Amino acid sequence: MRIGYYPGCSLHATSREFDESLRATAVALDVELAEIDDWSCCGATSGHATSHLLSVALPARNLALAEEQGMQEVLAPCAACYNRLASASHSLREDAGLEIKIKEILARPFANTVRVRNVMELYRSLIPQITEKSAGRLKGMKVACYYGCLLVRPPGVLAFDDAEQPTSMDEICRATGATSVDWNLKVECCGGAFSLSRTASVIRLGRAILEDARKAGAEALIVACPMCHSNLDFRQSAMTQSGETPMPVLFLSELVGMGLGLSARDMGMKRHFVNTGPIEKRATETAAQVAAEAAAKAAKAAETAAKATAQAGTAPAGKGVA
Amino acid sequence: MARIGVFVCHCGENIGRTVDCARVANELRDLPGVAHSVDYKYMCSDPGQSIVKQAIREKNLDGVIVAACSPHMHEKTFRRAVASEGLNPFLAEMANIREHCSWIHEDREKATDKAIEVCRSIVEKVKHNVPLETIRIPVTKRALVIGAGIAGIQAALDIADGGVEVVVVEKDPSIGGHMSQLSETFPTLDCSQCILTPRMVELYQHPNVKLITYAEVEEVSGYIGNFKVKIRQKARSVDADKCNGCGACAKACPNKKVPSEFDTGLGTRTAIYVPFPQAVPNIPVIDRAACALFRGRAKGLKKEACAKCREACSREAIDYDQQDTFIMQDIGAIVVATGYQLYSIGKDQPAGLTGYGEYGYGTIPDVIDGMQFERLASASGPTGGRIVRPSDGKEPKRIVFLQCIGSRDPAKGIEYCSKICCMYVAKHTMLYKHKVHDGQATVFYMDIRAAGKGYEEFTRRAIEEDGARYIRGRVSRLYRDGEVIKVQAFDTLSGEPILMDADMVVLATAMRPQPGIQLLAQTLSASYDQHGFFNEAHPKLRPVETNTAGIFLAGACQSPRDIPDSVAMASATAAKVLGMFSKDQLEREPTVARVDVSLCAGCFHCERVCPYGAITHLEIRDRKGNLVKVVADVNPGVCQGCGTCQATCPSKSVELSGFTDEQIYAAINALVL
Amino acid sequence: MSTSGAHGHATAPATLAAELRGKTGQNPAECYQCGKCSAGCPMAVETLLRPHDVMRLIGGDRRETLLEGESIWLCLTCEACTARCPNGCDPARMIDALREMSVARAPRAVGAFHRSFLDQVKANGRMFEFGLVLEYKLRSGKLLNDVFSTPGMISRGLLKFVPSPIKGVADVRRIFAACEREAARDLHASGADGRDQ
Repeated sequence: MRIGYYPGCSLHATSREFDESLRATAVALDVELAEIDDWSCCGATSGHATSHLLSVALPARNLALAEEQGMQEVLAPCAACYNRLASASHSLREDAGLEIKIKEILARPFANTVRVRNVMELYRSLIPQITEKSAGRLKGMKVACYYGCLLVRPPGVLAFDDAEQPTSMDEICRATGATSVDWNLKVECCGGAFSLSRTASVIRLGRAILEDARKAGAEALIVACPMCHSNLDFRQSAMTQSGETPMPVLFLSELVGMGLGLSARDMGMKRHFVNTGPIEKRATETAAQVAAEAAAKAAKAAETAAKATAQAGTAPAGKGVA
Repeated sequence: MARIGVFVCHCGENIGRTVDCARVANELRDLPGVAHSVDYKYMCSDPGQSIVKQAIREKNLDGVIVAACSPHMHEKTFRRAVASEGLNPFLAEMANIREHCSWIHEDREKATDKAIEVCRSIVEKVKHNVPLETIRIPVTKRALVIGAGIAGIQAALDIADGGVEVVVVEKDPSIGGHMSQLSETFPTLDCSQCILTPRMVELYQHPNVKLITYAEVEEVSGYIGNFKVKIRQKARSVDADKCNGCGACAKACPNKKVPSEFDTGLGTRTAIYVPFPQAVPNIPVIDRAACALFRGRAKGLKKEACAKCREACSREAIDYDQQDTFIMQDIGAIVVATGYQLYSIGKDQPAGLTGYGEYGYGTIPDVIDGMQFERLASASGPTGGRIVRPSDGKEPKRIVFLQCIGSRDPAKGIEYCSKICCMYVAKHTMLYKHKVHDGQATVFYMDIRAAGKGYEEFTRRAIEEDGARYIRGRVSRLYRDGEVIKVQAFDTLSGEPILMDADMVVLATAMRPQPGIQLLAQTLSASYDQHGFFNEAHPKLRPVETNTAGIFLAGACQSPRDIPDSVAMASATAAKVLGMFSKDQLEREPTVARVDVSLCAGCFHCERVCPYGAITHLEIRDRKGNLVKVVADVNPGVCQGCGTCQATCPSKSVELSGFTDEQIYAAINALVL
Repeated sequence: MSTSGAHGHATAPATLAAELRGKTGQNPAECYQCGKCSAGCPMAVETLLRPHDVMRLIGGDRRETLLEGESIWLCLTCEACTARCPNGCDPARMIDALREMSVARAPRAVGAFHRSFLDQVKANGRMFEFGLVLEYKLRSGKLLNDVFSTPGMISRGLLKFVPSPIKGVADVRRIFAACEREAARDLHASGADGRDQ
């Protein structure tokens, strides 16, 4: 499987571990990520907060490049990039006037044919492979899947999952053997857009999310958005009161990677602010336990099989005696 | 030479402001065939009509044109006036110079010219008019009422009391509908069952009523006064003639865990069951999907997996081999009273509706809908009238009601107001307070719509006397926090965000038409709106009739309405039906299609395009009885005079009386030649 | 997308509602003030004007109150308001359009963060995060804030130092220039000095 790849600015900088872990899992799952040559920034929140036209034009350049480079689908792992690219593509389909304007600005052929995919859509299509290759390695690990806002809203535009009760990330986590906990703030906003400019708001919102996940028994928070990640990871010390256990914040790709048995080092997990050591250790333990259980089961099966053969061998003989 | 009279109406200022009526009358006067032409301020008034009548007498007119409003408005008025002078009413026509001219133009000169053209055109048409005779069709004086909730019961009783036979078909095992599930009713708080059950019994025992429960209307053919209706009597698996309603069968049934529809899933019933103790008729039915015997049969078991109910029955009434049967009825008029269902709070939604993910799609056990609350509050309900949480049976001390769930919410698929929720929520807060004295009820609302006799006073009482807290604002989310439900809201009047703890939340969900209603509407050739509610013939002047003659409406099948409105509408419909049955023959306008059998080639294009199914096949035989050809024939009772057949016929052998090709061409030629 | 009615009567200046309808294709009159948007707004406890207030003030033609105040800049664009609006309104899009109008009137007043961000993109074609933090700190004057975290970021290899413009940076600059021209045209057309009535 080959898919176009739009890493976006964050995955080349503060969220390099997202990029690295995603690429590592792609290799393990036989997916080729073809990076769009010479891609540019999607404009993110700043783009659409200041100019609607700019917020469509910047993503459109990348969609046009992908088209030129022969891609039908483009994976945009960053939730903000995904939201901007998919929204721009949607606006262009809905608004003929805007389409004309944008084509004029781009000054390059553009037919808006590329489908924008997020990381959940990619992994969801690979659930059978993930299930098989991870063989339940993370069995018993409890995680809280955090979707945030950019991946599910607006529902009319990003319709890959239910906007209020999404489940795709949970399904992917379960494929690794992990348990996804039932919790309340799956689709609440963490305030990522204000991470730098309005720290107090971000701490208030982030704390609520971490508290709820902790209450639901989660050992780690799973995200698919670099802004959520840097917010909840980098600012977590400020969001946590003394005595509370830190909550590792993992990219979905990192959890899938752990499920596939990839090393934390290959996935760049050392870069996290909240120590991922304990969760890595936990993963190793669960993997060992699962392996031990599997071995025991295999041994038992072998034993039963042996017994059966032995019995099969003796039974006719017994009959013969009778 | 024709002797036509033209009467130009000013309609006060309505026409006179824009059209120079005197000039219209003057110019028309010179037209060949026009014997008389005048204008007058209000032609439809008594003196106006006298002008027309006098002219017919004095000028010996053989045709009349009233240039005024739409024929919808006053054609009947003037045809009646013309007939009183002994002239055939179909020799009179309207020329519409109001809706088609004065109301839509500003330039007086040009509008006057147009009015003259319109009149000239009609003059030419009238020259070709011929006298037509009113059609008379026989009428079967027996009514069918579909649905036996409060609307159907009321309509059936009123018709039956009028001395006419009524067949009542109810799809459920018992009559009573939703009203039988309610605890108390607004705005008087009288017990629903106490006022309904006597009416149910009255219907059951009425000598003029034939009650068919657990049955559905399968096919309807024919036309007003002469319908043939095929009714499917679903197999009860119980012989109704032998059963005495002792209840031994249900006691013997081992499957006691079937969720009760009547108790909205909050209680259970057996596989052989009577929906509720006061059911009419008190005859059980076997739910074959839940019955061990039938499940065994479905799996191919030869042996009977269970026969406990048959063993328990002393009257040998249980019949496992009973099949659906069909009952044919000749019917003159049909009343549709199929009622409503509530918007589902679950995740599975029909096409066009999206449901409330933000309220947990009904996965939080203590988030219930209004009907479930009714069952909890009802003395005959699963808790004996104790208001408790479905999850743990505890009494909720903080109860929250959300209004407009599904209603006034185009984003979720419904833009209309369900009309009754404001009132029943107010009622719920009172019922709650009367049972949980130390509890607090909070209502999140957008507007309080309490228009009705005693309604405003009732909601005020809920707030002022029974302490319900009303907060203006829609709730954004509901989520679980341990045993508590968090209500995330905003008080738009104080401007403050709210995060409230609730023990139980009641969603006041929207009223929707019954499922399968579209199919029934198609069976009846009646129209329905985009939500599936039946369309009335006219929203103001014909609210209980449909556009299909002989089909009437009662209750919530036409739009959301409460009990008083449903009962009023049912009585109105009964009056319509009795009025129709007061004559031995029905009169129909003669403007229907007629086939010239000598020209018809029997291609039946007309049959395919006729929206009313009015075309039948007529065999033409020679004197020896040999079949010569099969031609189209029009059933004048069914034909609505739309003219589609005439436009389609390749051999020009079908014509609409009063609108023949000759008449239409004459009218067009007057304009274009 | 309908733009009819966007310009009102020929002689009267366009109302704010009409102008926003023209820009967004959304009719602000569709808001029936149920407050569900503000109920779910994560910033409702901090901001003065909540989403339903914004919609109300648009209807009341309160241009100054909306454009001069801080509230429109306190929206996180999480779109919970839009996603849950029962009447199909899009408060998030309205707030975006208001911010756009505010930028056009007084470019200097834009949030320092957004300006720093976009300047980075204009210069290099991509966002260069260390530069962003630095420029933002200088502009906002919050120099000491977070100063202890930054070394942590660098030691973890998370902040890139050297900007590396993409090949097509001229492309990106042309996009910016075109959008700025468009904004200037809009500003001219709408008459930027509308006042509260």
